[in-house]
Amino acid sequence: MTRELLKGNVAIAEAAVRAGVEAYFGYPITPQTELLEHMSARMVELGRVFLQAESEVAAINMVYGAACAGARVMTSSSSPGISLMQEGLSYIAGSGLPCVVVDVMRGGPGLGNILPSQADYFQVTRSAGHGDYHPIVLAPASVQEAINFTALAFDLADQYRHIVIIAADGLIGQMMEPAELPPMQPLRRDRPEWALTGAAGRPRRAIISFNLHGEAQEAYNLRVQERLRAIERAEQRWYEFATDDAELLVVGYGTAGRIAHTAVEEARARGWKVGLFRPQTLWPFPSDRLSALADQIAGCLVIEMNAGQMVEDVRLAVGCQVPVAFYGRMGGMVPMPEEVFEAVEREYKRCRPCAKAEATRL
Amino acid sequence: MMTPVQAPPAGMEVVYQRPEALSEVETRYCPGCTHGVAHRILAEAIDELGLRERVIFVAPVGCSVFAYEYFNVDACVAAHGRAPAMATGLKRMQPDSIVITYQGDGDLASIGAAEILHAAARGENITTVFINNAVYGMTGGQMAPTTLPGQKTTSSPCGRDVALTGQPIRMSELLAGLDGAAYVVRRTLHDAAGIRRAKKALITALKVQMRGLGFSMVELLSSCPTNWGLTPTDALAWIEERMIPYFPPGDYKIAPGVKALENGRK
Repeated sequence: MTRELLKGNVAIAEAAVRAGVEAYFGYPITPQTELLEHMSARMVELGRVFLQAESEVAAINMVYGAACAGARVMTSSSSPGISLMQEGLSYIAGSGLPCVVVDVMRGGPGLGNILPSQADYFQVTRSAGHGDYHPIVLAPASVQEAINFTALAFDLADQYRHIVIIAADGLIGQMMEPAELPPMQPLRRDRPEWALTGAAGRPRRAIISFNLHGEAQEAYNLRVQERLRAIERAEQRWYEFATDDAELLVVGYGTAGRIAHTAVEEARARGWKVGLFRPQTLWPFPSDRLSALADQIAGCLVIEMNAGQMVEDVRLAVGCQVPVAFYGRMGGMVPMPEEVFEAVEREYKRCRPCAKAEATRL
Repeated sequence: MMTPVQAPPAGMEVVYQRPEALSEVETRYCPGCTHGVAHRILAEAIDELGLRERVIFVAPVGCSVFAYEYFNVDACVAAHGRAPAMATGLKRMQPDSIVITYQGDGDLASIGAAEILHAAARGENITTVFINNAVYGMTGGQMAPTTLPGQKTTSSPCGRDVALTGQPIRMSELLAGLDGAAYVVRRTLHDAAGIRRAKKALITALKVQMRGLGFSMVELLSSCPTNWGLTPTDALAWIEERMIPYFPPGDYKIAPGVKALENGRK
């Protein structure tokens, strides 16, 4: 296998093709458009379904229809488009169907801009539309991880009959770096036993997301909650670096996590006991490991490209055991490693007074 | 043509029975509502073309949200107005299936105007049954995009003022202008002759989809006695006297290749 220079958006698209995606529906929006463009050529070339929808609203409802037919199906968009998809996502969740959605996040609110951002954390992790549920959310920090998570996303979607959102940001989508694509997987031959294919020689099937009776709707919701608990138990994923003896734990995901990694390396070069915790699943949030780490650390610093969203999950995970500080940039601004390092230095000194002299000396 | 559900006694033949494409359940429609008639003739059309085992039915949001259980076929329920988009996803994955959307006027002409327009423009090989009864039925009779000028509804209590809310939309005429639309007609369910013509149109529309000729839609002028505040018979008269002048039944788009299907048997 060889590594090639790949742009994030294109890498995700090709990884989806190789993971056996049967249908793609989407709408152009920067900074994810190369994903749609790649699909427009590749899917047609392979005799699969590609359709440019009239809107993100239509695109997600086309995904809903294709998912009813039991297809491996995906869409992609960026923040304002993901806002438009909230309705359809809720219906897909209410119907218990699998699908993969890529959100290449950009600066907001409103039309905002086309620069990288992580401002959709709440939008994608909390519910994605109305109702009580969470999608599974994967957050890649490199092009290679985006490729790996794309295949994983389809498997998780099928396994749990659940929505999986790949929450990338404009930087992951737009940058090129060396990465390796997996080999082409054969398309799945059979449709699942619940799919709508026409009631030929079997009783009719219905896929619906509503129930007028409170008891029955609650029973459905309880089943969803059971599924979510199973996902929480089995699917928490994270990456950690230099945590063994860490006294300050820097927490960041995606691009912010990658920049934090550089800052942590810089701190380690100075002999400071600083570690990195980078969630790879934003939902389920890797609370179990973070909570365990809270026993050994003296403080947490959360780095995000937003006003502080994941920081709430970090605080829930560590409880009142350690102080949790936050440093973020907004509106499409990507923090420089130097400014993250400054925040690390500040928090390291604050959470570990005895380190202060040591730090000054170094 | 129909397979009897129960064998008739000796010397007798079945002349009328529940179509196989309808489930054996009670509907929740109000007395005098023509949804039941529309369901019946659509089910007969499906049976007569032998399509029941190939149909995937997309129910809307509205009174016919429960249609997914009234038809004895595979079915789903779309979000409000999104049935054509959902049907697109289904049809693209299941090109051999017969995908039917069933939508009311609020669903199709208001919140779902973009989805129906683009499905028709793409020549999406789906069939849409459009129930036009000039009100939002399920929510209790509010003004719809097809509410007639001066018509009183619960959200236009003094009658629809077109200076404030614009004129009703004639969807069949609008969609007929799109090249992707192969068959777009309007029929009425207010009398027996109209119902017969409506069923014939549904058969043609399904044949258009079977042949892959493009988008097909049959608009059906329907009654809503409950929300119109009329008796069932007065409601039928209201269709004839008030709706038909604004929404004339007729063939708005018959693409080349469709004409032959109209008279042929299958």
